[in-house]
Amino acid sequence: MRQRSLPGFGVSLGVTLVWLVGLVLVPLLALLLRPWELGPLGVWKSLAEPRVLAALRLSFLGALAASAAMLPLGLLVAWVLVRYRFPGRRLLDGVVDLPFALPTAVAGLALTALYAPNGWLGAPLDALGLKVAYTPLGVGLAMAFVGLPFVVRTVEPVLRDLPLEAEEAAATLGASRPQVVWRVVLPALAPALLAGFAMASARAIGEYGSVIFIAGNMPMVSEIAPLLIVVRLEQFDYAGAAAVGLAMLALSFLLLLGLNLATRFWRRA
Amino acid sequence: MSLALRGLRRSFGPAQALRDIALEVKGGEFVALLGPSGSGKTTLLRILAGLDFPDQGEVRIDDQDMAQVPARHRRIGFVFQHYALFRHMTVFENVAFGLRVRPRSSRPHEAEIAARVRRLLERMQIAELERRLPEQISGGQRQRVALARALAIEPRLLLLDEPFGALDAEVRKGLRHWLRALHVELNLTSLFVTHDQDEAMELADRVAVMQAGRIVQFDTPARILDQPANGFVAGFIGQAQRFAGRLTPQELVFDGIPLAPLPRHRLLGEAAAPGAGQGPAEAFIRAHEWRATPGPGNAVLTSARPAGGRVQAVFALGDSLVEAELPPGLLEPGEPCQLDPLTARVFLAEAPFAAP
Repeated sequence: MRQRSLPGFGVSLGVTLVWLVGLVLVPLLALLLRPWELGPLGVWKSLAEPRVLAALRLSFLGALAASAAMLPLGLLVAWVLVRYRFPGRRLLDGVVDLPFALPTAVAGLALTALYAPNGWLGAPLDALGLKVAYTPLGVGLAMAFVGLPFVVRTVEPVLRDLPLEAEEAAATLGASRPQVVWRVVLPALAPALLAGFAMASARAIGEYGSVIFIAGNMPMVSEIAPLLIVVRLEQFDYAGAAAVGLAMLALSFLLLLGLNLATRFWRRA
Repeated sequence: MSLALRGLRRSFGPAQALRDIALEVKGGEFVALLGPSGSGKTTLLRILAGLDFPDQGEVRIDDQDMAQVPARHRRIGFVFQHYALFRHMTVFENVAFGLRVRPRSSRPHEAEIAARVRRLLERMQIAELERRLPEQISGGQRQRVALARALAIEPRLLLLDEPFGALDAEVRKGLRHWLRALHVELNLTSLFVTHDQDEAMELADRVAVMQAGRIVQFDTPARILDQPANGFVAGFIGQAQRFAGRLTPQELVFDGIPLAPLPRHRLLGEAAAPGAGQGPAEAFIRAHEWRATPGPGNAVLTSARPAGGRVQAVFALGDSLVEAELPPGLLEPGEPCQLDPLTARVFLAEAPFAAP
């Protein structure tokens, strides 16, 4: 082999591969293999149950909707943090990361207490006829809660690097403020927004702790797919649990792949 | 087009960027704002474009007060020092931007936009780059794209902030002549900021020399060179060396340096006139305003390098070093000589600018 200017390639690649295989590939492989104990037909039957389909739909559609709702809010928070100087900015900066740091069960309990029909926010909303806790809306709320920091933290550095001069140039060329935002700022942020959306969705799909308390977990209505896996495990239906896991893995992979391709397309266009 | 500034002031906290700026520019003029960094040049340019606002004073364009006119309605082209191109747009879209954002009623048709953009790109000699992104072209090409983008809106005034600052010396020289030709051909009125006196002197019809937030002299390059308004201009322009001295009724006496006094009739500048005053003064002598006589004297040649038929020489004169131009072959390094100034521009020492 030719001599390399940077030594240690063999060692570092070896260590990387061992870690990657042990930590990521083997567990994934187990997940891929386990369901087939049931046979292809068994896997199909296990997944085609209406309760499973409803849970998968809630998990994925809920995650996408929650992340989409967090895009404008995350952008706004990032904008405020980057563009303005005000007392308490650092505090706000820290608060953004709380959903990262908080144990998910704590977040779930807090949200439930707040939005339960007798909670601070739940009671007035209930009076208006809007039920949040124990409905798909509550599931989406919890998913949005954990997704927000992902959007903010991916957009923030790109926004900070965005030169103010480009916006000034646009203004001298006759663009109004909405035109500047729409034609200059947003296109420059689009790849970052998409990446933030992808990460927030991925987190929301897999979210368990902060969702299950507020969800109420009614089968067919507010039961998420990760919870269904736990339910099946408790019934010692390991293969059935793995089948749901396999379905989630495949769908997540497709989703991220699609978003990745979209980002790349955007960069090139 | 006419531009008039009166009594402009701008401070950033305790720092006064502009103090009482007045300036009048006629249509078709090419004006340079020349000064060291921090003298307020860029602030002035930004105020003209409507990107910053004066604390006091007024900007009038074609006799219209600009105070209430936002940047986007001023029709002033601005070329930023680092170009500020839109990174996600092709060269074509960058140039078309100013046409596309017009309100529907005054927006040209797509075909008309394309024709105008292509015409500009051709004029800038970058027609082949229209589909590239800004990151895929060189600095000099970006500069041309930025210029084309600013010209696309048919500005009544073109502002350029250090237009050659980010380019290497080779490209810079070529672009200078090209920009001057463009200015004449398109009948533009332009104002550009620079800290490079050669650039200002070579390109501009008139040069405004800025010092600490003021315009200390606004004149043609020749007159600025011949008749600098004060010591700052004399020292900043034309590579003159500064000496401290005293004006007596008859002559200029140098302080702390072994130079013979210069009689008043040999001096230049208002202070040199008979009866123009006396007292502490500063004198500026350019490299070609010296005479060296070989033989024992007040100076020793320390180094010399040839420069276009003349020799750039450095002399040790007392404790200081003096730069002078000599005919070739007159002296060898290490030889003593008598060094005399032929003339000097003198300015009576004035109190430093008092804060208003």
